[in-house]
Amino acid sequence: MHELSIISSVVDSVMESLAAYPGARVKEVRLRVGALAAVVEDSLQFCYGIATEDTPLAGSVLVVKTLPVRVHCVPCGQDVEIESLQSFRCPVCGEPAADLRQGRELEIESIEIEEAEEAVGP
Amino acid sequence: MTTRIVELRRGILKKNDELAAGLRQRFTAAGVLVVNLVSSPGTGKTALLERTLRDLRTRGLRVAALVGDLETDNDARRLAASGAPVRQINTHGICHLEAEMVGKHLEGWELGGLDYLFIENVGNLVCPSSYDLGERIRVVLLSVTEGEDKPLKYPTMFNSADAAVITKMDIAEPCGFDRALALKNINEIRPGIRVFETSAKTGSGMEEWLDYLVEERGLER
Repeated sequence: MHELSIISSVVDSVMESLAAYPGARVKEVRLRVGALAAVVEDSLQFCYGIATEDTPLAGSVLVVKTLPVRVHCVPCGQDVEIESLQSFRCPVCGEPAADLRQGRELEIESIEIEEAEEAVGP
Repeated sequence: MTTRIVELRRGILKKNDELAAGLRQRFTAAGVLVVNLVSSPGTGKTALLERTLRDLRTRGLRVAALVGDLETDNDARRLAASGAPVRQINTHGICHLEAEMVGKHLEGWELGGLDYLFIENVGNLVCPSSYDLGERIRVVLLSVTEGEDKPLKYPTMFNSADAAVITKMDIAEPCGFDRALALKNINEIRPGIRVFETSAKTGSGMEEWLDYLVEERGLER
């Protein structure tokens, strides 16, 4: 439901970064999204097409990398990936694990841009 | 044409997170405990809050509330009957509260004169989980009419909560509410979380809930 506002923040943030590269066009935007971030990729992709129209991001590709949920298991003394979002337990020892270490990320990892040619003097 | 990869490593909700961090600093400096209430529509956030505001005032504590809804100021009017200062935030279609809306609606309030500030979020178990409002405690509500598997269906929200309140306990029996299963499901998603079982109507369970709020405020000072 809030994917459009998330994508609008992505577009604003990328536009800000583009200020350092005058005339550049964006080819690709890569996001890192945790499995517990409450966003749906299809919906992000749909909104991306709309939000990038008439911007230097138009026609670029949105790549969404989903990060699994990792918790810290105290008895095992290590970070482990949970097997299901319906059970926050260590898959090794079966103990409940409340200490979340990964899964809420909502980040722009990088962008790929095509820089404008240097202006050639007369 | 040169192609270049620019590493950004930047939070998408950075603007909200920064505003929320600023609010959290203000709240801590003022010594006000801020509680963000989240649930589905109709779970009973407003009913729990009405009773909480009234009972905390009876205990001599200074309370205020911000209440979020898409439209109408019905909830603010209900809550204001407690005598506490209350402001309505109308989001006009936005499905969650953001830190900026909270900051804007605090203008003119003397936070130092408050012990508690409650923020009743828009009824929605998905989107509000992504937006930090600068609160110290996020409380998720689940009513006995909603089904014991709500925590499993909405793990993102339940996992992000600091405490859970089961509401409408007075009608648990006619609803066939399986209490043990609900508690098990909440704990599967958020191991070790404090759970309160309340009825805002009869007042059952309210003492434990209020004691928790008082304890948490004690930790702050």
